[in-house]
Amino acid sequence: MSEPLLRVENLKKYFPVRRNILEVLRKEPPRYVKAVDGISFEIDRGEVLALIGESGCGKTTAGRTVLRLIEPTDGKIIFDGTDITELSREEMRPFRRRMQIIFQDPYASLSPRMKIGDAIAHPLLVHGIAEKEEAKEIALRMLKRVGLTPEDEFYDRYPHHLSGGQRQRVVIARAMVLKPEFVVADEAVSMIDVSMRASILELLESFREEYNLSQLFITHDIAVGKLIADRIAVMYLGKIVEIGPTDEVLKNPAHPYTMALIQAVPSIARRKKEKKLKITGEVPNAANPPSGCRFHPRCPFSSEVCIAHEPELVEIGHNHFVACHHPLH
Amino acid sequence: MLLEVKNLSIYYYTLAGVVKGAENVTFSIGRGEWVTFVGESGSGKSTVAHAIMNIVPSPGKVVAGEVIFEGKDLLKLNKEELRKIRGKDISMIFQDPMTSLDPLRKVGDQMVEVMTVHGVPEDEARERAKELLEKVNLPPDRLDYYPHQLSGGQRQRISIAMAMAFNPKLLIADEPTTALDVIVQDSIMDLIDALKSEGTSIYFVTHDISLAAERSDKIAVMYAGKLVEFGTVEQIVENPLHPYTKALIEAVPDLWKEGEVRAIPGYPPDLRNPPPGCRFHPRCPVFKERSTLKGLCNAVEPEMIEYEKGHFVACHLYGGAGE
Repeated sequence: MSEPLLRVENLKKYFPVRRNILEVLRKEPPRYVKAVDGISFEIDRGEVLALIGESGCGKTTAGRTVLRLIEPTDGKIIFDGTDITELSREEMRPFRRRMQIIFQDPYASLSPRMKIGDAIAHPLLVHGIAEKEEAKEIALRMLKRVGLTPEDEFYDRYPHHLSGGQRQRVVIARAMVLKPEFVVADEAVSMIDVSMRASILELLESFREEYNLSQLFITHDIAVGKLIADRIAVMYLGKIVEIGPTDEVLKNPAHPYTMALIQAVPSIARRKKEKKLKITGEVPNAANPPSGCRFHPRCPFSSEVCIAHEPELVEIGHNHFVACHHPLH
Repeated sequence: MLLEVKNLSIYYYTLAGVVKGAENVTFSIGRGEWVTFVGESGSGKSTVAHAIMNIVPSPGKVVAGEVIFEGKDLLKLNKEELRKIRGKDISMIFQDPMTSLDPLRKVGDQMVEVMTVHGVPEDEARERAKELLEKVNLPPDRLDYYPHQLSGGQRQRISIAMAMAFNPKLLIADEPTTALDVIVQDSIMDLIDALKSEGTSIYFVTHDISLAAERSDKIAVMYAGKLVEFGTVEQIVENPLHPYTKALIEAVPDLWKEGEVRAIPGYPPDLRNPPPGCRFHPRCPVFKERSTLKGLCNAVEPEMIEYEKGHFVACHLYGGAGE
């Protein structure tokens, strides 16, 4: 087997919690929010891995740490055979071009005072890939490519002239103009109407075909994962609790949390059926995670072993791993 | 009928021109009935909700129509009369619960105030606030929290608890789950379901037709300020008539359905200058295919007709010249 484009090994990101004055005076040890607590995965060239979980599970931190927009606390990030974990700013530069991010909120990630055409041309100038005129030409072609036509008209518009879906197309165009090999898409369709999501996902899919683009697609909606991902990884409180091929995870989820995520998605086709597994509550605070299996306080199947011991990821099917003491199959 | 909305039109008088936010919208909601309004951003589904509460934000104005609630036209009531109804007979929850919460005051005090302004004695209101919190599955100590100490889901629970204070006859829920994760969304929907089972009618707004299909009795589909289809959930999802409704259903990813998801091409129109005829015609796949519809869909506005009992549609393909 060939080397994957991206290999992440035991990645950790801990954020220090601010101590109050008493804790400092008592010389209590610093505490940490373990936002990402030892995750490992690989992404092949042209492969899409969906990273799924609720707010606060660490998926966004994981995505940013992989790109070293946030520095990891521990672990390794290997991109195209090079360990990039410790590279200096200067050494990172050629890799920055090959790895891009698409943010959730197209309102926040575009400068309100920059014409959208200039916003797309900007990365070309920054990386010294094209001069002014040529960059404009490329940006125009890109606008057309993402469906914002007539492109010369769109070039001069400002973000506030566009709808949410159109803005997200601009953000995608800006990320794709450097022809990256890998992109982290962080909730790229969550702020967009359901009716528009399919067309944005189609656009990303077209870039996968054109560039053989690999993606880490971060979303809280497992139904979106079904549309775009080859494999799904489910995250809970800093840990991957289940990972496997999309069809396999969706048809035979093994972790009760995965099952709960699936059951919670509204559906026209299944609307009359009872939801079999409902969980309550919200993701606990990562500064003080539950003992053993972190999901045990919300899990309908938890037993003493779950409170005492943290489960390891074990393979239960071809390429299908789960970390659970009482898997569903 | 609890609520009858007749020929309601709301325009926004912006500097850039008159935006026809909703036009000629007619529907009714029965007692204990859950009607969900579905459509893309800017379709007018929230605008109509605001008009029912008579809180259309400036520069918006109701330019025509009636909102008959228990026999009275809400649009004709004065401020004092409206105040008695709002928060008591009709409650509203929003996408961002901070819209109805004061960031500087404890949630308990705010819940109590909602009740005392309608004449409930303070100690009784405190007791009631605790019960309400229990109803929305929050521990009683949350009364002493400030809104920022709660998660988005917990805040939405608080705003539902406040909305439940007087067992309202009508709850208007404007995309209350759009900013939430699916599991939290599901539990919020359960709470609204529980309120409905106590007899409250629901006007629910969402852009996700699958959410509408799971919970409501009826679905109203809006496009570019117009109501284009209205019927029971069964009628709408099993026998959708309007090409837009069909497109909406096909555009939603569904875990329990095989087959492709199809994007709706194009964008909703600029409502300062909506297309002539049927507002959906520039994106309509049927119009594109059938040359016989030229001069009809792009010229004549379709009327709302009753296709079968309780199933209404405004499209030239039904009951008229385009059939």
